[in-house]
Amino acid sequence: MTDADLETAMTSTDSVDTGAPYDPDAHVHLGVFYTGVGPQIIWSDPTVGPHVAIETFVDLARLLERGLFDAFFLGEGLRVRENRGRVYDLDVAGRPDAITQLAALAGATEHIGLVATQNTTYNFPVDLARRLASLDLVSDGRAGWNIVTTDNAWTGANFRHGGWLAHERRYERAAQFVESALALWSSWEPDAVADGPDAKSWSLPGAITPVERHTDLVDFRATATVPASRQGRPVLFQAGDSDGGRDLAARYADVVFSANTDFDKAVAYARDLRARLARNGRSADSLRILPGASVVLGATPQEAADKARWVREEQMSPARALAFFEQYWGTDLSGYDPDGPLPDIEPVDGELDPSRGTIPIELRTGKLARIAEWRERSEREGLSIVALAREVAPGHPAFVGTPSQVADSWTRYVRTRAVDGFNLLPHLTPGSLIDIVDTLVPELQERGAYRTEYTGTTLREHLALPPVGLPG
Amino acid sequence: MTADRPLLLAVDLDGDGAHPAAWRDSGRSPADVLSPSAVRAAVALAETAGFALATFDDAPRPPAGEGLDAAGRIEAGTRAAYVSTLTDRIGLAPTLHVTTTEPFHLATQLASLDHASRGRAAWVVGAADAADDLATIGAPALGADDLRLQVRDVVEVARRLWDSWQDDAVIKDVATGRYLDSDRVHHVDFTGHAFTVKGPLITPRPPQGQVVVVAPSELEIDDLADVVLVAAPDLDAVRARADRARAAGVRSVFVDLEVVLDAAGESAADRLARLDAATGWRAGRRLRHVGTAAALVDLLAALAPVVDGVRLLPAVHRLDLAAVLDDVLPVLTYRAPAAGATLRESLGLPRPANRFVA
Repeated sequence: MTDADLETAMTSTDSVDTGAPYDPDAHVHLGVFYTGVGPQIIWSDPTVGPHVAIETFVDLARLLERGLFDAFFLGEGLRVRENRGRVYDLDVAGRPDAITQLAALAGATEHIGLVATQNTTYNFPVDLARRLASLDLVSDGRAGWNIVTTDNAWTGANFRHGGWLAHERRYERAAQFVESALALWSSWEPDAVADGPDAKSWSLPGAITPVERHTDLVDFRATATVPASRQGRPVLFQAGDSDGGRDLAARYADVVFSANTDFDKAVAYARDLRARLARNGRSADSLRILPGASVVLGATPQEAADKARWVREEQMSPARALAFFEQYWGTDLSGYDPDGPLPDIEPVDGELDPSRGTIPIELRTGKLARIAEWRERSEREGLSIVALAREVAPGHPAFVGTPSQVADSWTRYVRTRAVDGFNLLPHLTPGSLIDIVDTLVPELQERGAYRTEYTGTTLREHLALPPVGLPG
Repeated sequence: MTADRPLLLAVDLDGDGAHPAAWRDSGRSPADVLSPSAVRAAVALAETAGFALATFDDAPRPPAGEGLDAAGRIEAGTRAAYVSTLTDRIGLAPTLHVTTTEPFHLATQLASLDHASRGRAAWVVGAADAADDLATIGAPALGADDLRLQVRDVVEVARRLWDSWQDDAVIKDVATGRYLDSDRVHHVDFTGHAFTVKGPLITPRPPQGQVVVVAPSELEIDDLADVVLVAAPDLDAVRARADRARAAGVRSVFVDLEVVLDAAGESAADRLARLDAATGWRAGRRLRHVGTAAALVDLLAALAPVVDGVRLLPAVHRLDLAAVLDDVLPVLTYRAPAAGATLRESLGLPRPANRFVA
């Protein structure tokens, strides 16, 4: 963040067009996206807790409740990541089923929203809708569903019909899946259950409507076994940044979990999304925008910058740098010196294996051009393998600074309505979240940009979303 | 063979009780059964009373179909997970159906329940096969042979997946930068009759090594089970089925026992007749006790040499479970689990070796 940014942050006359009016009372909504796997978490740090132990999750969720967070998210990955045919061994791997784990956390927490990432490709709509609605009931209205798609046969090898869905139809299936879930979740009339044990029947005749869909993408007939929760239904989150993902979000989502943390990109994204909302007859306030973001805090700007460098170095170790390039070269690079130049050999023919699960979708094509670009850059800037990987691999911290600096920045983001908050990606669990709860949250509260207590009981209320059933 | 050991007790906590009309005697609003407080209260009662295992019956369809009775039910795995952090000794056994779920998800969910409960998860194997059950996944009805193969394949692949991570797979070797030893995490490469699963599981090995597999006796998968749950109409039939299970190598046999007791100033027979007049409760499939608490104590004593444990199916939780707690348990000798024990420890079952460890 530059001084000019800071100055702008302090003014109330920001005139950026985000598709929503400037809101001087806007609050930052915070969630934590606990991926549970991957390079983000610095497992080698001795303060990081065991990754599957329930105590780790309970402590985290309670910490976030102390920090008055809106939600705790769990990620999903349906196949353990591999590198060249072997289980990838350098990152944290192995995690619980999200809905099971969040139901366990529902019993150990009182306020925080519990959001499960679940894909629409390798789930049955009736089964998943029922499990999500069940989580919503046991948490008394605190459940959310982060809707994702998975399209490849590599992941599908763990399922009954692996690879059945064509890549270009994944959002079509997602839309039908979500629509099916919404139909099941609203299939009980509000007064469907008798009000006392002396009634003629447990439920009122005709008050529960069976739902069926028979297309080439969704095929079922079912009667829902659970009524609406206190918040009506699980809050829907959507993460896809592609055109299809944005359309899905504009139609169905309550919250988007975007990747746009850069201010200008966030503004453009918000404007685009709100235009799509309007085309769907929805108001700007019917959808919350919470980009995923990592934060590194320090007592001084210099300390924060030093810490951010340490985080980057830990996240992209020499061994991980070699593994990163191995994915592109398609061959064993362990004989190369991570501190030396890029491999002089040519990569194996063919595009990247789209399936290994360690490369973001947008980077899975155009590998030869990318390698040529990297070679040119490493020669021009004199970058070693590890130095180049730290530059080009995704995952740079989005916000680095003192709590006061970051609070100023975030206040501007939410008041201009570029975003409604952030979904934080911690690098140390619980360490980096303790810093945020203890130092950044009070700064936000001082600016009037963060709640000082929970005022609602449901996730929908935490997010200040309109009630289900009312026109958005 | 179990005469020297006191009985273990299990109880099914689904809904307001095992009788389809139980809600009429529940003393509360019908919808209350779908609240988290009802779920936690029922489990707390069973845990405090010293039950070793709570089961949570379930089906892909509403419990009472389109009829007069309960149409609502929270998914069983979610109920079990919800109480996992609220309990510390009772085993938690949801029914999950092999026919209407993905085997990989099912194995992940159960492994996760075992982690969340610190080793107290079990699985009552469900095999819903009515046309309406299979319609929930858009699948046609299964023939008897296909159903039998499906049940065997799903149990088998779940067991392989639970072993796919060795206990010592996570090494956190800072010197080499390796979080795990990839030689200790295995593809399972399972080929069943109707599906394949590559593996490994996304979840590390459960604390119990293998989740306790509870197989209803009618599924006839004794060779794949840790516990066989016998449904038989009389003591002789129970004994015969238990002997057959033991001959197949099963270490733990439980019997299902439906319970209607004298309660609230009304005889058990009258209570049952009244409930049955509202909705009939199919008899003759499982052992059923309709009578006094003292006679139930005698029946349990007679069962003790025959089986390792009894799963009670109280007709109405509010009345029959309460009567069991008040009038039966105080005079019964039974084995209650210790705080912090895994379910395998409570049941006297060993922690299995991992099939992938040479």
